[in-house]
Amino acid sequence: MTDTHDMRREMPLGLAQRGYTGVIRHLAAKEAGSALSDIELESRLIELGFVEGARVEVLHEGLVGRDPIAVRVDNITIAVRRREAMAIIVA
Amino acid sequence: MELPLLHLALVGTPNSGKTSLFNALTGSRQKVANYPGVTVERKEGFFVTPLGRQVSIVDLPGTYSLRGRSPDEEITRDFVLGKASGEIVPDLVLCVADSTNLRLTIRLLLELKRTGRPLVLVLNMFDIASRRGISVDVVRLAKELGVPVVTSIAVRKGGTADLLKLTDEISARLASEPRENSWRALSVPELRATQREADRIISDCVSLPARPDTLTARIDAIVLHPVGGLIVLALILFVMFQAVFAWAQPAMDLLKSGFDALGAFVQATLPDGLLQSFLQNGVIAGVGSVIVFLPQIILIFLFILLLEDFGYMARAAFLMDRIMGGAGLHGRAFIPLLSSFACAIPGIMATRVIDNKRDRLTTILIAPLMTCSARIPVYTLIISAFIPARDVWGFINLQGLVMFGLYAAGITSALVVSFLIKFFMLRDYAPAPFMLELPDYKVPRLKSIAIGIFTRAKMFLQRAGTTIFSMMVLIWFLASFPQPPAGATEPAINFSLAAIIGKAIEPLLAPVGFNWQIAVALIPGMAAREVAVAALGTVYAIEGGKEAAEQIGQVLASKWSLATALSMLAWYIFAPQCASTLAVIRRETGSWTWMAATFGYMLVLAYAASLLTYNVAVALGAG
Ligand SMILES: Nc1nc2c(ncn2[C@@H]2O[C@H](COP(=O)(O)OP(=O)(O)OP(=O)(O)O)[C@@H](O)[C@H]2O)c(=O)[nH]1
Ligand SMILES: [Mg+2]
Repeated sequence: MTDTHDMRREMPLGLAQRGYTGVIRHLAAKEAGSALSDIELESRLIELGFVEGARVEVLHEGLVGRDPIAVRVDNITIAVRRREAMAIIVA
Repeated sequence: MELPLLHLALVGTPNSGKTSLFNALTGSRQKVANYPGVTVERKEGFFVTPLGRQVSIVDLPGTYSLRGRSPDEEITRDFVLGKASGEIVPDLVLCVADSTNLRLTIRLLLELKRTGRPLVLVLNMFDIASRRGISVDVVRLAKELGVPVVTSIAVRKGGTADLLKLTDEISARLASEPRENSWRALSVPELRATQREADRIISDCVSLPARPDTLTARIDAIVLHPVGGLIVLALILFVMFQAVFAWAQPAMDLLKSGFDALGAFVQATLPDGLLQSFLQNGVIAGVGSVIVFLPQIILIFLFILLLEDFGYMARAAFLMDRIMGGAGLHGRAFIPLLSSFACAIPGIMATRVIDNKRDRLTTILIAPLMTCSARIPVYTLIISAFIPARDVWGFINLQGLVMFGLYAAGITSALVVSFLIKFFMLRDYAPAPFMLELPDYKVPRLKSIAIGIFTRAKMFLQRAGTTIFSMMVLIWFLASFPQPPAGATEPAINFSLAAIIGKAIEPLLAPVGFNWQIAVALIPGMAAREVAVAALGTVYAIEGGKEAAEQIGQVLASKWSLATALSMLAWYIFAPQCASTLAVIRRETGSWTWMAATFGYMLVLAYAASLLTYNVAVALGAG
């Protein structure tokens, strides 16, 4: 399982399609362009369980701009906007 | 020797069952629902342990950390750290976890350890965890964490027995050794390290089956479908408003005929005079005309409670996030706004979960535009008097459709106002992030729904018995005195104080088609919206004299033009007529200015909407 992930290209979760599964590689708050400061955004993401190594799956998308997305992080589901999800680099 | 009161605090991630636990321990009936952010206030309760120790326990808003990002989270932080003025620090903090989802709570617990407060980890919802095949090595977990761990099932009888026993054991050995509080807000690397540590402990002590909640996944496939989900949401709202109108009717008819019979009985048994008039016109025609609406109020609360307990609210927020974003609203605003259909007061309180100040303020300002249950009596009364009860397209009740239209008008105007606020006042505004946990669905619990409805019904009746009753006494008095001079031929009410006051205001309201009777009803209606219905009941009952045993609806149909009726409906979509809502806005925004602004803008909208409606209706020949 991990082997295949190692070979995959890294990408921001904010660009992932519905049905995407992957593992979080690192957080890059600077890339997100969120209204929050980098530190605040990163803290919040970690507080919701988005840390390196966590398994993620994009379960659902909204209608307008396919935003927000509902993401399975280990065993909970979190709704986030794509803008903030750009800070989560997955592979 | 009597031991001092033991102080406990319930801390934990949102939706982990803190309030359920609080209710189970203290026998209280605080609001419980299946979405994050239900509790936004501190609530204290008391109980006695099996060994007789007196305990004070405080329920707190859920939080993921002690950083205090929003007003509700600050309450929790300040209480745990003993910062709240004049507060005692808790002797023991119960850190409550949803056992199916331990990662975030264990990280919170590791953070809580730094405060130096004695801790217990409560693995709540253990029933669901067992059902899913999650097994926890409690002994090992306690050792790894260095705090006692206990399992609990807050919603089952006896489900808190272990916790009670542990509380006794701990309280016996709680030494007064002062502990160091080394807490400060965690830096990002510290946070990350704590989450790693939490994940390591969990992988050592908890075995998760590869069996996620498939039911939730299957329901979400429909409910969160980009298009299907919105259709489901619209359908739910539509059925809700149709039901309020159609299903409540039999019960309302029953209540109505009960009050009619009571009125007839009073008239038949009591001699003519002031007492008879007071009971018949003031109490029965006035207060009775409001109580008749109890079935509708119960129905709307039933719908909202079911949606809340099932776990739908967070989904609705997800679906509406971008759509409301177009109007400058935050996705988290959806739950407060939907609660405002019941009553704007809890709706405005619920905005505490919104961390961005501007988003929160916008939501507070528009919450009163959501059609609250107190408007139902006014709408229903006028609709049933003026709109024919026929079906359109074969299956939709026309009266229900008009009701739906009024709700839609409220929602639309709220969105427009929010858009204007964003456009004119908060220009330089980047959208605050929307991050929300979507909890697993739960079967609504009959008992909690029943308690919820009972509490609301009781509040409604209490209001009818106090605010509305006292307003009715006032109106009856104003409408009855001074008594007409002997030999007067006009109706007695024309000589009363009410008529004098009403006629003085009438010129102001004449452009929107309101007569002096409506003017009289609108002023005491400031206390609560339903009072207007009661006041009209009393004023027309007194005016009508003895024959006024008629229904208030029929009286209105014969005295008002259709244009006046429509204008009145338009008025009530906007009218700021609820003193308690204004008081809550003042408290939650901490400013008289915002309260005055809300009052002002709603009044202007009400007048403008009525003016437009009335003139258009007259032009179309409904005058
Ligand atoms: N099956 C089961 N359900 C529970 C248990 N405890 C709580 N619940 C349900 O979980 C949901 C959340 O409960 P609350 O008590 O409102 O949670 P809370 O922690 O107070 O939530 P916030 O106030 O939002 O932080 C409700 O639907 C409860 O009925 C439990 O032990 N077992
Ligand atoms: Mg709660």
